[in-house]
Amino acid sequence: MYLGIDMGSTAAKAVLLAADGREVLRREVLPAGWNSADTAAAMRGKLEALGYDLSAAKVVATGYGRVSIPYADAAVTEISCHGRGVSRLFGRDCTVLDIGGQDTKIISLKNGKVRDFRMNDKCAAGTGRFLEVMANTLGVTLEALFGLAEKGGGVRISSLCTVFAESEIVSLAGSGRSREDIAYGVCESIVEKVSALCGRHTADDIYFISGGLCESGYLRRRFAETLKAEVFSAPEARYAGALGAAILASEMEG
Amino acid sequence: MADYRKMWEDLGMDLETHDLLCEALPQAFGDVYLSQTNRPEGMSYYNFVVSEIHGVRPAELIEAQKKGVKVFGTFCLYVPDEVVFAAGGIATGLCGGSQFWVPAGEKVLPAAVCPLIKASVGARLNRTCPFFSLADIFIGETTCDGKKKAWEILSQDAPVYVMDLPQQKRAKDVAAWADEIRAFLAKTEEVTGNKVTAESLAAAIQLINGKRKALRRLYGFRKLPNPPISGKDCLLISQIAFYDDPTRFTEMTNKLCDELEQRVKDGVGVYGKNDKRLLFTGTPMAIPNWKMHHVAETEGAAVVGEEACTGIRYFDNLVDESQTTLDGMIDALAQRYMKINCACFTPNSARVDDIKRYVKEYHADGVVDINLKFCTLYDVEGYTVEKELKEAGIPVLGLETDYNDEDAAQLRTRIGAFLEMLKA
Repeated sequence: MYLGIDMGSTAAKAVLLAADGREVLRREVLPAGWNSADTAAAMRGKLEALGYDLSAAKVVATGYGRVSIPYADAAVTEISCHGRGVSRLFGRDCTVLDIGGQDTKIISLKNGKVRDFRMNDKCAAGTGRFLEVMANTLGVTLEALFGLAEKGGGVRISSLCTVFAESEIVSLAGSGRSREDIAYGVCESIVEKVSALCGRHTADDIYFISGGLCESGYLRRRFAETLKAEVFSAPEARYAGALGAAILASEMEG
Repeated sequence: MADYRKMWEDLGMDLETHDLLCEALPQAFGDVYLSQTNRPEGMSYYNFVVSEIHGVRPAELIEAQKKGVKVFGTFCLYVPDEVVFAAGGIATGLCGGSQFWVPAGEKVLPAAVCPLIKASVGARLNRTCPFFSLADIFIGETTCDGKKKAWEILSQDAPVYVMDLPQQKRAKDVAAWADEIRAFLAKTEEVTGNKVTAESLAAAIQLINGKRKALRRLYGFRKLPNPPISGKDCLLISQIAFYDDPTRFTEMTNKLCDELEQRVKDGVGVYGKNDKRLLFTGTPMAIPNWKMHHVAETEGAAVVGEEACTGIRYFDNLVDESQTTLDGMIDALAQRYMKINCACFTPNSARVDDIKRYVKEYHADGVVDINLKFCTLYDVEGYTVEKELKEAGIPVLGLETDYNDEDAAQLRTRIGAFLEMLKA
């Protein structure tokens, strides 16, 4: 068996592949927790409780906590793993948008391999964290935020900084703007920033959203309209990093 | 370190704050440098220079000052050391490379100024660098807006002389730079009380060319399939070149190169078989900024060159030594210095040509373009650099960072992913 663990900043994802390196035996997700090593142990415990014997499994870890997993045989960066995972899931060359909790990655795939990549500047603007903070401020879940945004319009969040954007939202709410309009402004801010990051990248005409935001049809549509390109995703895309790690584990020698 | 407290006290330094720096540096140097295995023995000289960074060289400079010699603090590759030495002065590079000095700089400078400027001004104002405290005069230049305005602030605390660097490279600009060098020469004569002669300038040109040749020889080893010395060590040597005694530095560097020659004969290299070769480009890495080399070389990369002021730009061109008149030599100096391709020039397409050439010469697998935060010139030029390198089929990764260590994990992910991409 081959196990890929993606230790992200908000969630830990795992994909367990069968001995053939193709059949997905299990996908798991856990909240990231405070300590990567503890979360990794919990993930292993969960899989073992489900009856999987991991003693002989090859393990590859990825994500920002990749170096803190004691039972991993190797650590590989999120970029290579998302590239690999999307390549398996989607089967076409494309530009991968991974809006992660800690950073946003734009990855060009050519012949199934990473040809080029770009990441956001080292701040929360344009990342999943930005959306999370804003959803919290509005007192809704991420899913509900997208639902609200669809019905809203007309608001622009101008602050580049997440902290300032939060107070901007508070004043917008104070001035009587609806939650729908504010949610719209929040989502537009992400779409704008990530699209700008793509613009500096070698642009393809096909995009694929991987990671935790894969299930928002609304975001996908707004990206398609802004990038003027086809934007795909899949429900399993949340696990693309972990899948890529498991595939790399299956290719390890020895 | 030997006891230099008396000397620091006499310089009016803030000993209490300076102690914090003295405590932090050995740990950092140990982690980054002494942790390397299989280093050449000749590195022990540079280890020593760093271990006594605020002691042994400042003491030498103070001894010289007691004999009437003047010390010129400089911040940029365009300021010709030759003229200072020809006037019997000593030039010493002063760029600050540590976060330690940034907060003091931010007391007088906006936060959105590059860390190099903030650290340099901060080191002077909070009295925690002996070089900044002992220099008789500071020589600034007009290489960016941040520096231009920073000189005005620095000049409220110390004598500052500013050289006006042209922004284009037409014949009239080279001539204008020659005029600036003439004016600077007059200034060095005024400060030192000595006359610059054709003989003294010819000797100084040879002295500084000698240093460039030694560095060129050193960097030649980095072009080999398995270099006998790490990129990290070469960066350190490049940094020390800015402030060490040029005669001794040249001698020690040539001695190290002799050892490296033997290492090559014996088949000794410092890298692993699968290590990818990276060329760094972009903004300077002033001592003790070793961050990017450390990240890359502990992620399985060989840093084989720096297209940076602390690197190839420093020694890439020699001054023509065939001139016999003072005027001829000054023109030769102007021509040599105007060949440096800094992002402060427009257009600056020769810089991309340089990078492409170095990629070939140093057999780099990829380029990492590194910009200090808030360096508008290199940041804007980074777009063109990336675009042109990609068009030439050279993989390139653009990074922005400052002197803080807090982004080390993020830089590790980016460099790690770039190396994985090169290996895939």
